[in-house]
Amino acid sequence: MKTNIIIAGVGGQGILSIAACIGMAAINSGMYLKQSEVHGMSQRGGAVLSNLRLSDTEISSDLIPLGQAGIIISVEPMESLRYLPWLAEDGWLVTNTTPVKNISNYPEMEELLAEIKAVRNHVVIDADEIARKIGSSRYSNMVVLGAAVPFIGLEYRSFEDGIAGIFEKKGRDVIEMNLQALKAGYKVSGKMV
Amino acid sequence: MKLMLLGDEAVARGGMDAGISGIYAYPGTPSTEIMEYVQNSETASENNIFCEWSANEKTAMEAALGMSFAGKRTMVCMKHVGLNVAADAFMNSAITGVNGGFLIAVADDPSMHSSQNEQDSRYYGKFAMIPVLEPANQQEAYDMVFHGFRLSEKYKVPVMLRLTTRLSHSRSAVKPVKPIDQKKILLPSDPRQFILLPAIARQRYRVLLNSQRDFESESENSPFNSLSEGSDKSTGFIACGLAYNYLMEVFGEKKLDHPVLKISQYPLPRHLVEKIKNECAKLLILEEGYPLVEEMLRGYPVYDHKITGRLDGTLPRDGELNPDHVARAAGFSVKEGLQVPSVVKNRPPSLCKGCGHIDMYNALNVVIDSFGAGSVFSDIGCYTLGALEPFNAINSCVDMGASITMAKGAADAGLHPSVCVIGDSTFTHSGMTGLLDAVNDKSPITVIIADNATTGMTGGQASAATGRIENICAGIGVEHDHIRIIDPLKKHHFENVAVIKEEIEYKGVSVIIARRECIQAVMKKKKAAG
Ligand SMILES: Cc1ncc(C[n+]2csc(CCOP(=O)(O)OP(=O)(O)O)c2C)c(N)n1
Repeated sequence: MKTNIIIAGVGGQGILSIAACIGMAAINSGMYLKQSEVHGMSQRGGAVLSNLRLSDTEISSDLIPLGQAGIIISVEPMESLRYLPWLAEDGWLVTNTTPVKNISNYPEMEELLAEIKAVRNHVVIDADEIARKIGSSRYSNMVVLGAAVPFIGLEYRSFEDGIAGIFEKKGRDVIEMNLQALKAGYKVSGKMV
Repeated sequence: MKLMLLGDEAVARGGMDAGISGIYAYPGTPSTEIMEYVQNSETASENNIFCEWSANEKTAMEAALGMSFAGKRTMVCMKHVGLNVAADAFMNSAITGVNGGFLIAVADDPSMHSSQNEQDSRYYGKFAMIPVLEPANQQEAYDMVFHGFRLSEKYKVPVMLRLTTRLSHSRSAVKPVKPIDQKKILLPSDPRQFILLPAIARQRYRVLLNSQRDFESESENSPFNSLSEGSDKSTGFIACGLAYNYLMEVFGEKKLDHPVLKISQYPLPRHLVEKIKNECAKLLILEEGYPLVEEMLRGYPVYDHKITGRLDGTLPRDGELNPDHVARAAGFSVKEGLQVPSVVKNRPPSLCKGCGHIDMYNALNVVIDSFGAGSVFSDIGCYTLGALEPFNAINSCVDMGASITMAKGAADAGLHPSVCVIGDSTFTHSGMTGLLDAVNDKSPITVIIADNATTGMTGGQASAATGRIENICAGIGVEHDHIRIIDPLKKHHFENVAVIKEEIEYKGVSVIIARRECIQAVMKKKKAAG
């Protein structure tokens, strides 16, 4: 089994937590893993991405070749489209709809949604709204991850363990909120596909 | 046990397990996480491994050389342009040689993700004539630290470990080995080894020259260099460091039946290179960085046309490599997905909401507008984002510290106003000496020190002189009345405009310290306090 995942967002949105959680889930399932991250200048509100590769055989490149990502997971709608050249023909685009408008020429929402819906396989959710219902929009990244879980190819349980692992030091409450967020996202996409 | 480590962290962990007594560094993407891993490690603090930031890369390099002098293993880390700052110490350390194992970890940034250029540190290694190690993956990065220390101590020479962004910031499993104890203090056996008076320096240089054959034979037998055979000799591949992964990726399940020379240790292994060059009709050289190996193999003035790579256009001349470049160069087609739709706009980095630099630039812009734009020199840090919309406030960013000295030169030429904006960490890194020049010559410049009490751009490391900036300026000789401290907040906008205007009108050196703690640091503290 091989899964290539691109995680996209804006610096500060917590895409590294998503990556860490999938990473933990993969390791606990005995997979090989390579996870390339953006550190540095772009983390100041710029476009950021992470390349995540899971496989049951050894992985060579830290970067995903063009057209070979099985999933793009994006916590921001415009960012979900930036990496389309990497998406495989049968790949899935899973994105949040809450925009981060920190540039003056941010496009119209309808235009963005039209482009997202033009991608053959897509899951579009308002993760911030769902997270707010749970308690805080802070957890929206885990809602998006939950929505992507069905396409990653690992058991749902392994993500729960992943969350427990990476938020261990933050305490029981934080873990609980993240687990709820994961489940809410998972349910929504389960209904959609 | 396996650890999930960034390439940077693998180097740090390797250093700790290989018994370093200290690590020296100045932050710089993509090298910062090496030092940070040691600083966050409980084992490191239990073992008293020295791990404080230095004021700049030169002081870091020299302090590390001192630790090596004392017989202990040490590492010094920096980004590629940091090696320019440390170059004097670096070049001369190759002549003095070392005592305790001395490893220089340099992280290059091809494609300039967070840098002013994409210089390739392997050239520095070649320039200094020392061994260079270039890991292809996280495990090699870890293992090479041990290998590097062995080489360094065997030949009494500094060894460079060259990383690039993609490995520095990519995570994978690393299997550590049993840690080694730190060394005891042991002075160099030759008490004059480190005295580079001409007569001694000439001897030391000959020692270095005589070691070159040994370095080459070490490369020839290195576990990190290997020539694998292949029956299809129409093309042979030489893959350096990380580029080897892309070659393996591209062939994937297809059989790679060409000769492949993997290079991860320099100087180049002469016989291995000779062998692949002689037996193949054509060579494709894959390098993450400048075409160093390609240039060497091509020769001059007659180009050897069987050598292909970045110089003949088979691969892009600049930027980092990726599996798609390598696939195309190796003759494979690339199956690109959908185009990026035109609604997608660029999203450059920007100053954080609530950042003091914003209010500082808003005040400065008002004053500069009254004089006419074009004479604000700046420097490297978060405040460089003042170059972008909506501020368009600065006219230079060259190398750390250059804002003050460029403003001085422009003022010496008669430009008025001549203003510069520099961060607190950049000021202590390389701004203080330039300020002394300006004071000595009474150059009419206005220095704005954007003091957010941290090294912001690289993630908030301690800044070398927090709380002492005004004393340093006074000590350098800036007149008391022309050291002004302002609070860059919206509510003080008009006062701040007035202060900046006054000081720009003053025909001498003035320093305005715009002081407000970095908003990221404030939020981090709040979070920690619950
Ligand atoms: C020689 C060199 N070393 C390190 C860096 C990396 N670097 C860029 S900006 C910066 C921090 C600047 O901090 P400061 O001057 O306090 O400004 P701030 O980002 O906090 O606004 C560093 C370390 C560099 N570009 N060049």
